[in-house]
Amino acid sequence: MIATQRVTDSLIIVAILLAVWQGLNLMVGDTALPGPAATLAYLAHLVPSARFAENALATLAAFTYALVIAYGLGLAIGVWLGAHHLSGAVGEPLLVALYSIPKITLYPVILLIFGLGISGKVAFGALHGILPVALLTMSAIRNIPPVYLKVARTLHLSKWQTIFAVFFPATLPEVVAGLRIGFTVTLLGVLLAEMFASKRGLGFLIINAMSLAQSEEMLTVAIMLFVFAVLANSLLLWMEHRLHRRN
Amino acid sequence: MTGPDSGGEVHARLLGVTRIFPGATGQQPVHALGPVDLELRRGEFFAVVGPSGCGKSTLLEILAGLQSPTSGTVTFEGQPVTADVPDGIGVVFQEDASFPWLTVWDNAAFGLRRAGAPEAEVSRSVNDALAFMGLQDFARAYPSQLSGGMRQRVCIARTLVLQPRLILLDEPFGALDAQTRLLMGDEVLRLWRRTSATVLLITHALDEAAMLSDRIGAMSARPGRFMDIVETRWPRERDSTIVSETSFGEITGRLWENLRGESIKSLGHSGAGPA
Amino acid sequence: MSRVGVIRLIVVIAAIGLLELACRLGFIDYRTIIPPSEMTTVLVRLLASGELNSDIARTFGVVVIAVAISIVLGFALGLLIHAVPRVRRALDPLLATYYAVPIFIFYPVMVAIFGLSIIPIVLIGIAAAAVAMIIATLNGLDRVPRVLTKVARVHRMGPLDTALRLKLPAAAPHLFTGVKLAVSYGFIAVIASEFILAPAGLGRAIADAYSDFNNRKMYALILLLLVFATCMNMALHAWDLRWSARRGVRPQ
Repeated sequence: MIATQRVTDSLIIVAILLAVWQGLNLMVGDTALPGPAATLAYLAHLVPSARFAENALATLAAFTYALVIAYGLGLAIGVWLGAHHLSGAVGEPLLVALYSIPKITLYPVILLIFGLGISGKVAFGALHGILPVALLTMSAIRNIPPVYLKVARTLHLSKWQTIFAVFFPATLPEVVAGLRIGFTVTLLGVLLAEMFASKRGLGFLIINAMSLAQSEEMLTVAIMLFVFAVLANSLLLWMEHRLHRRN
Repeated sequence: MTGPDSGGEVHARLLGVTRIFPGATGQQPVHALGPVDLELRRGEFFAVVGPSGCGKSTLLEILAGLQSPTSGTVTFEGQPVTADVPDGIGVVFQEDASFPWLTVWDNAAFGLRRAGAPEAEVSRSVNDALAFMGLQDFARAYPSQLSGGMRQRVCIARTLVLQPRLILLDEPFGALDAQTRLLMGDEVLRLWRRTSATVLLITHALDEAAMLSDRIGAMSARPGRFMDIVETRWPRERDSTIVSETSFGEITGRLWENLRGESIKSLGHSGAGPA
Repeated sequence: MSRVGVIRLIVVIAAIGLLELACRLGFIDYRTIIPPSEMTTVLVRLLASGELNSDIARTFGVVVIAVAISIVLGFALGLLIHAVPRVRRALDPLLATYYAVPIFIFYPVMVAIFGLSIIPIVLIGIAAAAVAMIIATLNGLDRVPRVLTKVARVHRMGPLDTALRLKLPAAAPHLFTGVKLAVSYGFIAVIASEFILAPAGLGRAIADAYSDFNNRKMYALILLLLVFATCMNMALHAWDLRWSARRGVRPQ
């Protein structure tokens, strides 16, 4: 009952969004905002093109590198700050402060250091992603109930057994939450970088389309990124919920 | 079987044990415990009661080797207890210490598997322990699907499979309702009889201590010391129905007489310092 | 100040000092990063000259408009959604994934529709901030203890009275967390919009200084925004902590 109602409600929401879109289209005209049908038609035309593949691959490559760096450094910093009490107490407010500033203001600095190529995009994406991964990993380690450590000692676990059999599974749900948020903001960082100063990538395609007044292309790329972000996030959220349900 | 009142063989001994926690900067050190002398006889059921914050849990953790005493010595089966938990001691904690990422079965198997026991032996011991604790129907469940009392049984089962000779229970039923506690008390008595282990139970519930134990140590407010040790002289075969015996009332009465003043003292600084 | 606070201050000062030293000694090229002391002096001069006043006024005006609308709108929508459980159930997955979408990619679309004015910037600001307020409102209302509703019935309070005198204060710490996030998100979105594409504003001024190779002005402006954002977030965080501590809830 509830499940079918849920599906119906989700469909209703999608229908409302499409109707709003169509309504806006009728209000402002095709040149400013193409309707859903026109956008879908353009999608079928754009996706097979070489131009799209080239730019999508450029974004994907920058995003992948940025994500690997963000996850690696974020986990390392998080473990360090979580395991070493003084470092954590000193470092946490600094990371929180960095997390909530508008990082776009630092992009020119990144460009001056790393240049206009892919490395600047990667660095900017990673800069976004490191912080939530580090903060949530640190919090996960701090939140391990102290009684788990006592149990490990009464069961005569070695240091490595304690780490792999107790600490690792105990922290996993919150760490995965950090990885999910890291995924989102790293993608945002890479796209922002491409929108500001780049000649390649999907962020560039959007800005380029806007300056050429090609609304269909702009909207199509934005919506594809939207769908990609939603799907990836749903997958990670599903993993997180599975881990949480157990815990 | 050595009777509790026959002054049998000493299984574990604390001698002049104290614990002083260094104060935070600018704060006085906290004298939490002692000096305490205690001899646990092999096979007896000993309960420690006392007001909150009197150092009961500290006493247990020192005996388990989880904390080191500031002064004094601790021995278990003739060997000194140092910074490590000795083989043969099992501990069940007050907090829910079941691992939420493992099933009931895997929780129970945890200690044996880490010790590298062959799978056939693990399987036999775990099934045995789960059956004994009445958990066999929940073997595949996760702790989050169980009630608080059931989760505490999981923790007891996890301790049980390692066949401890001294079982330390740190207010294991503190979070449970009164009826569940009576029933869990019966479980613990059954466990004590079957394993022939020595049991040390920390509790703040006088009726629980009076019902379960051969001897009960009443501790003073911080720094905790034993003010009185009461012998119950219950038969080894006993269960929660003894709460209706007249001597049960006498025992709880004597304990409360000892503890009333101490509990009032501890109200003044409740919640301050490590429990 | 606590020992940890002192160490943190030393770490920050040491980092700035190292940067200064590296710049002065030529380990870092002047064309890449200018010394922090120079950023400060340039910033002071720029602020004194009044050259930045119109950009500052514009940016903060837009942030204030966007955040104010977001807070009111988010709170109202939160109340509404909470009142209708079916709508709540349907929207929950949407709210959970909302911040996973880089909403910012729709900024050019807004510009295409509304033209290059403050309207698309305000709209992106609202898109970034309002949903945080909705989520915080729902969280707050979820955590109003059931017993308070019973208290209201014992005192024969009407629905409006219950909402204003019991639910609102009970949910207040969570609402403040929503306000804090709305301010932070709104500010970030406005600066980013200006940076990418806008006729004026502080974000635009940084982008322009970058394109003109005017590093001194660029770094002064970056310093201004970072210092401002950090102070604002610290103040909001301190308030949040105080509110939450008084109520015995953990801030989010």
